[in-house]
Parts: sequence; structure tokens; C-alpha cells
Amino acid sequence: MSTKPDRPRVLLVDDYPDAREMYTEYLEFSGFEVVEAGNGMEALQKAVEAQPDIILMDLSLPVMDGWEATRRLKADERTAAIPVVALTGHALAGISEGAKKAGCDAFVTKPCLPEDLVREIRRILDSPSSTSTKKPRRSGKYAKTS
Amino acid sequence: MDVGAPRRPAARRNGSVPYTGVPRVRVAVGESAGDDVDLLAARVRLLEAFVGRSEIADCANIGLQWLGEVLGIRQSICLIRPEGEPSLFVVAAYGLGSAVTSFSVSLEDWRNPLVAAYINRKELFFPTPHSAADRKRRPVTPLEDAAFHAVPLGIAGSEEGAGLLLLEGVAAPPPELHWFVAVFSQKLDQILRQQVLAEGDRKQGRERTLLYNIINAVSDPILLTDTEGRLLIANARALTLFTASEEENEGRRSAVRMNNMLLSSALSSKAIEETGSARRELLLVNPVDGSDLVFELLSTVTEDPRQGSGVVSILRNVTDLRRASEEIEENYRKMRIAEVQARAESDRLNLIIDSVADPIVVTDAGGGTSLMNEPAERLFTIPVDASAIEQRWVQANDAHFSSFIAGMLVSADQRRVGEIGLSDPRTGEPMPVEAIAGKVLSEHGELTAVVTILHDRREALEKARLYSQLQVAADELERKIQAATADIAQQNELLRRQAIELEQASALKSQFLANMSHEFRTPLNAMLGYTSMLLQGVAGALEPPVKRQLGRIESNGRHLLTIINEILDISRIEAGRMPLQISTFKVPDLVSEVKAELEPIIMQRKLSVTIEMPRDLVPLTSDRQKVKQILLNLLSNALKFTHQGGVTIAGRRNARDRTMTLSVSDTGIGIAQADQDRIFEDFRQLDNSPTRAYGGTGLGLSICRRLAQMLDGRISVQSQVGKGSTFTLTLPTKGRK
Repeated sequence: MSTKPDRPRVLLVDDYPDAREMYTEYLEFSGFEVVEAGNGMEALQKAVEAQPDIILMDLSLPVMDGWEATRRLKADERTAAIPVVALTGHALAGISEGAKKAGCDAFVTKPCLPEDLVREIRRILDSPSSTSTKKPRRSGKYAKTS
Repeated sequence: MDVGAPRRPAARRNGSVPYTGVPRVRVAVGESAGDDVDLLAARVRLLEAFVGRSEIADCANIGLQWLGEVLGIRQSICLIRPEGEPSLFVVAAYGLGSAVTSFSVSLEDWRNPLVAAYINRKELFFPTPHSAADRKRRPVTPLEDAAFHAVPLGIAGSEEGAGLLLLEGVAAPPPELHWFVAVFSQKLDQILRQQVLAEGDRKQGRERTLLYNIINAVSDPILLTDTEGRLLIANARALTLFTASEEENEGRRSAVRMNNMLLSSALSSKAIEETGSARRELLLVNPVDGSDLVFELLSTVTEDPRQGSGVVSILRNVTDLRRASEEIEENYRKMRIAEVQARAESDRLNLIIDSVADPIVVTDAGGGTSLMNEPAERLFTIPVDASAIEQRWVQANDAHFSSFIAGMLVSADQRRVGEIGLSDPRTGEPMPVEAIAGKVLSEHGELTAVVTILHDRREALEKARLYSQLQVAADELERKIQAATADIAQQNELLRRQAIELEQASALKSQFLANMSHEFRTPLNAMLGYTSMLLQGVAGALEPPVKRQLGRIESNGRHLLTIINEILDISRIEAGRMPLQISTFKVPDLVSEVKAELEPIIMQRKLSVTIEMPRDLVPLTSDRQKVKQILLNLLSNALKFTHQGGVTIAGRRNARDRTMTLSVSDTGIGIAQADQDRIFEDFRQLDNSPTRAYGGTGLGLSICRRLAQMLDGRISVQSQVGKGSTFTLTLPTKGRK
């Protein structure tokens, strides 16, 4: 992998191809370089290989789910500093708690419009220290208010 | 005894004595000196023959022989009256056959001249009879027809004669005869006197022995002592106390010595003089066993001129007497106590017996009733005013009871329990009683009484009958209860299963809804995302009609998303999976936030929104997020259904019931009275047509009402068609935590 250009690199982990393609198209349209992964195991491998600036992590994944993958990323010093944004269609209470415990830095509820997602990514990357110490925040235009 | 001493002739008792005796002899002696000497010798011979003779018969034979030899009296008989006999018997005869001894003269035959001669002490002469008449006048004697003299015997001065001599001979008796009669009478008197004396001695000896036997038979010691206290006579009992032989042991001898000393001092002349024949107590020692003996000493001084003074003492043993008297007193005292106790016992027994409600009858060994209490009397005694039938009932009772007792008396049973079929003496109705009889035995085991207690069984039987009925009813009830319980248990089981099934179904439904909303969101996410991208011109510029059509896709997609979210909310509330997060917050701040969030719509609708909050409104303690959701919903509804005018959000505190009301009032289309309840139902919009004029899922108010209930509050509506509506949320100022 070449050194990072001015385009920030996003690792997008989602098992739903349409959603993955949609977000990839819009992220690239919005000026990001996107690396895709279809499950948690693949995400771990890609994160080490691609060294992304940020990881968008769906939680319900085959092979290895997003919570486990996040725990492993945060436990691995090579990837521990990369911010992880949980991205899930589960709106039930308790999901965000579990994500925080796993080490996620932010939490976005699907459905999430591409532009909202991009806005959230920019916010995290632009913050003075985009590290895992940052308080997780919820975002998303259509996010439930519960 | 001077038998042979010369005595003066007896004084003549009367002048009829035919001859004077001795002088005549003296005259005869004086006539012939030789005869005088012979006579004197004969007299001496007679006197010598009499000496030492103590038998009357011997003397009589000697005398008669002497008469025959000296005076020539050929035949003679001596008759003597033995002491106490009424006849004169022959003791000696001379010159006659042996048959003469059977002769006797009865003194009661007063016509017999011999009797007269004896009684009168008169010598009689009976000459030889010459005729039958002569013979008749003279007594019949062994001398037969011979002439004879009857000469009385006996000394002068004695009352009775000693006997009678019958002497054959001529009319003039010789003078020596009278000397002989005197001497012989003297000798007879001597012998008779000696016989009387000897008899008296024997009698005295017998009496003495008898006396000794008597005093020995007396168990009390009897003593005769002289005035010095020396023992003269003692009976056997006294001897054991006061004498001891050398062979006796030392203890016994010393006891006897002590007794003698004690007796002597008690009988000292001084003591007797002082007290006369007084009674005194004398303490002695029993030599046999050393025990103390208490005697009552009764002593009397006897004066005897020949023997001198003596003291007769009788000792009466009062040891036993005193003991006996004490025992008697003690026994009497015990008897009195026992009597008092027995009476108390009897009173108590009567009280007890009378206090027992059950009839009690005490029967003696003969079957007779000796005691019964009042309840028993009612059963077995005929009342005064009893009618004939009542009398029969009582008699029948008595007969039944008697038969029971008779059976008890003949049996060996100590106790018997039986049932007797009596009748109520007042009503005659059957009265079965349980009879419990027990025998009372004396300490010797003899039957003294039978005590019978009767117990009326009617009540018990009635109770038993009722109890059995009750038992039947209880069994029936229990059977029913068991059936019902089984039924209920079955139904409970069914309900439980149903509840489990419902719970499972509910959980499945909630899970299904949660899953469904997730599955809905994933494609919807892609749809809304691409629509948004197209509208942003990611795929290049769009023609206005296309842009308008994409806008429709987008708004319908959002509507679908809202529906999905609201369905999810309801399912979460119903599944209890929407936790409360209670905090204390300021209501005006919250209302401002709500207004700010809806500012775009407010601007778009060109409506005024007024907030009316009093300054002293207290902070609210509740779930801030849910209150906000309710207010957002109410305000957006108000904006949606109001075309002109404005909306007012007002807060008010009700201190009385510690609640706060937040009302949202609009000047919108209003809700008809009939519809005001229905608006809170699920999926309810008043306009149900497919082309509804107003958007919305119809779930908003339904969720608001559920949320308000979660917060212990309520939502109500006041509305008038065409004028507007007021929705009021009432919440406790301090909700539950």
C-alpha cells in the first residue's frame, strides 16, 4: 500500500452488498478511498493490510460479528488507534451499550443517508484527536431518538 | 386334861332324881371294909382302862363290862347320839347277841319313853311286864321282857345328853352305878369334845388352804407384814416380787432387795400412821425383766390381841392400767378425730355426689339402695304427684336397674360396664344409659357396696347420629371439593400452559417485530441512500420531473421508516423493553428544545407557537426523553392539523395533587366529541381514506398514551370541531425512580 494521499482511507465492513456498494460509491464520490470487507474476519485482515484512517463496522456479520472484530482491533496495537464507527440497523436498546463495550468510538444507526454518514466521518476525522479515547457519539439524521 | 380328877356330882336338876349316888356308895363302902377296898380298886381299874382311850365304843365296851363284872349287871346297852344325828345308836352292848347293834331309838318318836328319858335326863325303870297292857307301855328293846333301867348320860351343864344306858336289873340300882355314870359321862364328854376339836382343826386347815388358794389366785400381790415391815404372809405374786432364793441370779436378788426396801419405807409405821389406810403409789422393779412396775398400795392395819398389829397390803398393778387408760384416752381421741374426719368426708362425699349431674346409686351387699343422688332419685323414686303411667315408668326403671345390680352382685367382676334401657320418668321416652358399676370391698375383702354411675347416652347417641350425618355431608363436600379442585387444577394447568404459550407468543411477536424492523431498515437504507444520492446529483444532473418523482420516493420511504420506528416503539413498550431513565429537569428548557426541533415545520406552516410557562414552575422528575417524545408528537400533530392561528404550549403546576400539566392547544380543525376516545387507538386517523389529507402513521397518539402511562401520567383531549383542540399531559411532579 502506498502512503496515504490526501484522500482519507475508509474500511467499510458490511455484509449487505447493496449497502456496501452504495456507501462505497458515495464515499468515493465524496473524496474517500474505500476498502471493503464482508465479515469481521476479513475486516481484521484488511485493517492490518490497509491501515485505514477510520473503520465503519456493521455489527451483524457472518463468520465473525462486529463486536468481536472491534474487540480484536482494539486489542491489536497495529489497529488500536483506528477509530471504529459502529453501523447497525438494530435499533433496540442495549445495542449501542454493547458496541461501546467492544471499543467502538461512535455509533450510527441505519438507515443512514450517505451524506449523513460522510458528515459523521468528517466530524470524527476532523476532531483534534481522532483516537479511541474520544467519547462515542451517536449520529445519523434518521437515528432513533430513544 | 384332868379326866380322872374327882369332880363334884352334878347339881341335881330337879328333885325327882330317885337316888343321890356317891353317898349311898360311901354308905355301902362303909358297911364293909373289904368291899370298900374292892370297889376302890374297881374304880381305879376303870379309870385306868379309860386312860388313853379316845374311841367312844371302846370306852362304852369297857364301861359295860365293868358294870357287868363289878355291879353284876348281866345285860346292858349303850346308846349314843352322834353329833347332828336325830337318833340314838348302839355303840356297845354287854350280855346280848350281835343283833343288838341294829337297835336305835329315833328322837322324833316322842311317845317312846326312852326318848323322854334322854331328853329329860331322867332315869326310868321298866319292870318286867306281867300283861299285854304292861308290855305296851314299855319300849321295845333288845332286853325284851327283862326289867331294866334307862339311865341318861351326860355331864351337868351341857345342853344335851350324850346318850342313854339301858341296864337290866332290879328296881333299886346299886350306888356305884351313879359314880360310873358320872365318870363315864365325863369320859364321853372328853372324847366328844376332842372329836369336835379335831374336826375343828381339820376344818380350819381346809379353810386355811382355801384362803391361800384364794389369795394366790389373786393376781395382785397381797402381803401381811408386821409393824416392822417383815413379811409374814405373801401370796404367790407377792413372793415373786419380794423373795428370792439363793439360786436366783444376782440381778433378780438385788431387784428383790430393792423392792423390799421400797416396801418397807412405804409401810413404815410412820407412813401408815400418817395416812391410815391410804392409797399410795409404789414404784417397784420387776425382778423377771427389770422393767418398772407401778402399783397402787392399799394397806390396812389389823389389830389382833393375840398376834399383835400387822399390816395387810394389797398392791394393785396399775402399770398396765395406766397404760390401758392412756391407750383408751388415745383411742378415744383418735376415734373422735376419725369421727370428725368421717363426718367431713361424708359431707364432702354428699356434696360431691350431689354435684354430679349423672345419677349415682350406692347399693349395699344385699341389693338394697343405701344412697342415691338427686338425679338418681328422679329416675328411681316415684314423685308424689306421679300419674299411674309415670309410676310404671319409674318402676320399670327400678326393675331394670335392680336386674343389672343383681347380675353385678353374683358375678366375680370387680367392675362392670353395661347399658340399661331406662325410660325418662317424665316423658317415658327411651333413655338408654351407660352404667358403670364398681364394687367396694372392706379391708377383709368382703363386699360392702356397689357404686353405680349412670350416664345418659341419649345426647351421645344423638351426637353420634348427627356426627355420622355430618360425616356423610362432609364426605360429600370433600368429594365435591376434590372434584372441583381437580377441575380447577386442570384449568389452572391449562391456564398456565396458555399463559406460557401467550408469553412465548408475545416474546416471539416482539422478537419478530424487532427482527422485522431490522430487516425492513436494511433495504430501506439502500433505497433512501440511493434516492438521496440521485437527488444530490451523484449520477449527474436530473430533469425537474425526475427530481420531483425521486422526491416522492424519498418522502414515501421516510414515511415507511417512521411507521417502522413507531411499530418498533409499541412493540418495545408492550414487551417491557423500554426502560425508564428518570432525571430531574426544567420543563421550559425541554419545551424550547421541542419547539426548536420543529422550527422548520413551524416556519413552513407560517404558524405562531406560544410558550406559556409560569416562573415558579418546579422542575419535573421523570424520563426526560419520553416527555420530549410526547411533546414532539403533540406539537407536530397540532401544527399538522392547524391551518391558521397558532399553537400554545402551556405548563401548570397543581400543588394539590402534586402533578404538572403540559397542554398543547391549537386553533385547528378540532375533533368531534364522539371521536375523541378513538384517536388514541392504534393506527387510528379520523380520515381513514386511502388518500388521506394528513400524513402520519396513526400510531403517534397511541404511543403517547402508552408513554404517559409508563410515566404514571395520562393524556386527555378537549376539542371542538372547527375551533381547535387541547391535548393535556398530566404527570406527577416526582415520578417513580
